[in-house]
Amino acid sequence: MAKLIWFCLKCILLCSTIEAVFEDQVGKFDWRQQYIGKVRFSHFDTHVQSSKKVLLATENNVFASINTRTGELFWRHVDMTGPEGNIDALLQHGQDAVLVVGDGRQLRSWDINIGGLNWEIVLDSGSFQSACLVGYQDTVKHVAVLKKTVISLHYLSNGHQKWIENLPESETVDFQAVYSGGNGEVYVLGVVPHSHIAIVAYSLDDGEIIKQISVEAPWLSNIQASCVVIGQGMLTCVDSAAVSLYTLDLHVQSQMTQIPLQSLGLEATPGFQPVLVSTQPNPARPPLSEFFLQLGPEHHLLLQLNSGQIVTLRDFKPVRNCFTTSVSCVIYFSLILQCFLYSVFQLYVQAFLKKDDSVGYRAMVQTEDHTLTFIQQPGRVMWTREEALSDVVTMEMVDLPLTGTQAELEGEFGKKADGLLSMLLKRLSSQLILLQAWIAHLWKLFYDARKPRSLVKNDVTIENLSRDEFNLQKMMVMVTASGKLFGIDSKTGTILWRHYLDNIPSNAAFKLMVQRTTAHFPHPPQCTLLIKDKDTGLATLHVFNPIFGKKSHVTPPALLQPMLQSLMLPIMDQEYAKVLLLVDDQYKVSAFPSTKNVLQQLQEMASSIFFYLVDSNQGKLSGYRLRTDLSTELIWEIVMPTEVQRIVSVKGKRPNEHVHSQGRVMGDRSVLYKYLNPNLLAVVTESTDLHPERSFIGILLIDGVTGRIIHEAVQRKTRGPVHVVHSENWVVYEYWSTKSRRNEFSVIELYEGMELYNSTVFSSLDRPHAPQVLQQSYIFPSSISTMEATLTEKGITSRHLLIGLPSGGILSLPKMFLDPRRPEIMSEQSREENLIPYAPELLIRSEWFINYNQTVSRVRGIYTAPSGLESTCLVVAYGLDIYQTRVYPSKQFDVLKDDYDYMLISSVLFALFFATMISKRLAEVKLLNRAWR
Amino acid sequence: MSRILKTSILKNPPEVLKLWFSLRCLPVPLSVNMARPLPFKIAVVSTVLFVVCTDFVFCNSGRRVGDVMDTEFSGFSVPLEHSFEVADVAKFRVRGALMLKAGREPSVSLTQSQLSEEDRAKLKEVAAVDGLYRIRVPRVFLQADRQTERQMEGYLTAFVRACAMVESHLSDVISLHIDVSGYVIGVSIVTLPGACRGTEVEDEVDLEVFNTTLSVMAPVNAPGPETALFVERMEQESEKKGKNPQEQKSFFAKYWYLILGGAIFLMVTNSAQPPAGGGREQS
Repeated sequence: MAKLIWFCLKCILLCSTIEAVFEDQVGKFDWRQQYIGKVRFSHFDTHVQSSKKVLLATENNVFASINTRTGELFWRHVDMTGPEGNIDALLQHGQDAVLVVGDGRQLRSWDINIGGLNWEIVLDSGSFQSACLVGYQDTVKHVAVLKKTVISLHYLSNGHQKWIENLPESETVDFQAVYSGGNGEVYVLGVVPHSHIAIVAYSLDDGEIIKQISVEAPWLSNIQASCVVIGQGMLTCVDSAAVSLYTLDLHVQSQMTQIPLQSLGLEATPGFQPVLVSTQPNPARPPLSEFFLQLGPEHHLLLQLNSGQIVTLRDFKPVRNCFTTSVSCVIYFSLILQCFLYSVFQLYVQAFLKKDDSVGYRAMVQTEDHTLTFIQQPGRVMWTREEALSDVVTMEMVDLPLTGTQAELEGEFGKKADGLLSMLLKRLSSQLILLQAWIAHLWKLFYDARKPRSLVKNDVTIENLSRDEFNLQKMMVMVTASGKLFGIDSKTGTILWRHYLDNIPSNAAFKLMVQRTTAHFPHPPQCTLLIKDKDTGLATLHVFNPIFGKKSHVTPPALLQPMLQSLMLPIMDQEYAKVLLLVDDQYKVSAFPSTKNVLQQLQEMASSIFFYLVDSNQGKLSGYRLRTDLSTELIWEIVMPTEVQRIVSVKGKRPNEHVHSQGRVMGDRSVLYKYLNPNLLAVVTESTDLHPERSFIGILLIDGVTGRIIHEAVQRKTRGPVHVVHSENWVVYEYWSTKSRRNEFSVIELYEGMELYNSTVFSSLDRPHAPQVLQQSYIFPSSISTMEATLTEKGITSRHLLIGLPSGGILSLPKMFLDPRRPEIMSEQSREENLIPYAPELLIRSEWFINYNQTVSRVRGIYTAPSGLESTCLVVAYGLDIYQTRVYPSKQFDVLKDDYDYMLISSVLFALFFATMISKRLAEVKLLNRAWR
Repeated sequence: MSRILKTSILKNPPEVLKLWFSLRCLPVPLSVNMARPLPFKIAVVSTVLFVVCTDFVFCNSGRRVGDVMDTEFSGFSVPLEHSFEVADVAKFRVRGALMLKAGREPSVSLTQSQLSEEDRAKLKEVAAVDGLYRIRVPRVFLQADRQTERQMEGYLTAFVRACAMVESHLSDVISLHIDVSGYVIGVSIVTLPGACRGTEVEDEVDLEVFNTTLSVMAPVNAPGPETALFVERMEQESEKKGKNPQEQKSFFAKYWYLILGGAIFLMVTNSAQPPAGGGREQS
């Protein structure tokens, strides 16, 4: 094996190029943004007055600390995805933050200053219920973890278990909460729904049961939802049916006292389950006697329990004015509700003492669109974090518009010709405008030069956006799962616009399409977002301008039927918008835009518009053809038996892909032509039988127009997940080999052979010969998260595969290494062709990581877009983080280097020029002399 | 060889049955085969068995020796239907019958009648308006034991342009694609030549008889990484290197003169320096 690796190394060293980022280029062409996701728990670090930390645990299993002054991350820990890394509870005491992770599987303590792990212990299995810090005599030394059947107490300093006790009658009683008031006892509260409450008091020292009582409560079903502990161990519950509060002293009573809300002069909103909120600032002391009662969606009350009597301190009716000063240092909320456009999800408030000893408030608000906003008391927004960007679903890159003058010139050519004279006038006027712009530019340069450099601002704003020389700066339109759309400048990562779409279904599928690019001035660019409810299939369209984010004035058609398929056609309407065809479940087709002109074009082209539908539930692939009356007809059908295999993914080629070379030149100077079928689909299936000996994945290459199966292969003893890239004449896929227990790559290439069937045009209807299929497989030393191929303007540059690894690296693997023509034994011809000898293992070389040390956590997708430079491909990797960079698969062959020596080359040129002049003269003289002789 | 056969028998119990049946009803030539050396023999036997059996059953198809054998070895037929309509609404009619034979290497044959005069005219008509010529076969499961399990609901369809059909004088290539377990998953049809050049087919006789090439396409086994061959080659190379004495020498053996030279140089420079340093110290 060592030899194998050594040989591979040698090969690679011999035949590949070195590309890496220089130290001074770090961050010049790339940027990264780190996100945490939707917040579940949050704690302000209050043990030091001047602390500026807030601890956040999120639904994405991330635990992070954020600077409250700037909103930047201090540190961040990304746990496993899924239920194993799920954060169940976050408790904070002093320097330590205790997390319960993975349904009570692990207990971890973190140092909040540096984000280091203090200790971690594995708890016994059992479903997690609740956890709390336990203090005694003003010091907090323990943490109690309540599970379904046991309660355990751990030391806060090292995590060791002090005692563990089984809960009595845990089969019948549903224990839900644990409470400690700092008096050396730990109370466990359980409920038998609609019967009684069970209360067990444990001794802090040895876990002995001190007391065990049960109290009648036939109206109660869930303790955590309706009960809190207030003041000196007073359990208070709210019952919406009887519209009353129930109180019970945990230490003394065995009977609940009913206090009807009417007796307090309160009324509940019908249909609203009232909520109680209490606070316990110090775990070693009992909770405060003040508590909140929410009676309606916007109706909160601050109440106080005063020697068994409940007194209303303040009634927060829906208020208009925000940030009124509060009466108590108890946390207050609901006031800010009115200030926000979007309804508030969660609110965390930090109270602090100002310099003049008055109380100030800072609030961190999480709104429905997953934005975190931090507000200081007078209503000043300190910072916002767009956490929706941690869940990007799909994206597109749109060219920036031209500047006014460029657009004027473009517009001149775009317009219809009127006549010679008017064209001349138009030309003159546009030249005049250009001149004017140039003078203005000069004036600005002159003006700026006089100002000190620091004053000259170079910010990117939506006003001064314009395309650069090489079209390297683009607008990234990102669609997030929460339904918020973002427009981000690809050069700097600045969010230029955001737009929240409300009433997005929770399981929506999105498809973003660019209908009109910026190339058609004066028509604004236009993007269309198709939002489809996965359950019902009903879809809506959102049409917007991708540069400014504004909703377009074009009204999209109302889609009443469930949608099956949408496809962009290359035909355009009179306003240069590409036509979007939508197929509903009645197989009726509607077009958007549906002007007369479009319908006429569609009728003309109908017989050549084919599309396919995939029904993975029935394993059916079917092809349809459009009829002139915009109905469809079924023309081919392929059915996979669902009891054997299921269709996992269907990949076509990207419509904006260009292939420059038709074939490959072989060692003997003949040409092997590529099979470049733009309608080819790569269908991946996985076996339903998951036994490692019998499981397989299947690859089918199907022509999307005729339904002809071009190639059918099975990879035996393998299973998914399969990642596929389909481009040019090749398909690359990655799978898990159950036989050898490793990840493997396989590449399929299609060739027409030494002769091209019809070199002028490709038609799926007229390709009778099946292509030659070559395939080769390789071992890959890592699992992968996602895969994409680079894309360039004209397709001259060689291709690389961009592979997102679970480790957070993005690997740029030259396609040259995945070539089924790599020979096992080198011959003269294969050497001539520059083929790398076959080695079964693909190595990961550290120079291939395009994101050097900028780890991109949980990469879910990679988007590639061509730039104006043929050598350069723009790459965006998104997942929990967003990373944007440029790659140069064939190095920068069309760009002069920064340190290019213009002096040298020009002096050499001049020297040569003079040398030729002089030598010419000398030669003439010599010839003349010879003639005289 | 014998080992491989055994495992395959274990995996597919019906195959044992198949072999057994064939053995029971085999005529004389087999016993001659039996006398050959063992490892080679079984392979030959199995292939011979197979051939003989299929032949055997073929001739006895009318006699119904045993039900199991009959379903195992006689092919079964499904209709191949086609449709070509000017109105482009599919109306499928029977074009022929596909005889499918299950087994390790499934095979297919087609019996089809000629196109009637009416159909020929219609096909030309359809070709003139650039209509489609479609075919369909019912979904079939080749490896099923019983007839009822073989046919499933639904059809597999494919098409070519009718003009291509006409211009190629009804010479088409139809292939049935089966998946790993023997389900027919797709059918495809192409004509040879495939282009529509608008050439008139004058002679009606050209459109009478189908000239069909038929095939069953099973999935290809995709190759895995070729480690064995690579390692073998590496070993060969290292062996070659081993024979070359130049490569065999150790580091010291190869570069002793350089090391020696370096050492002498160091010694000389060291011995030259101390007096100078000492001199300075003294002064």
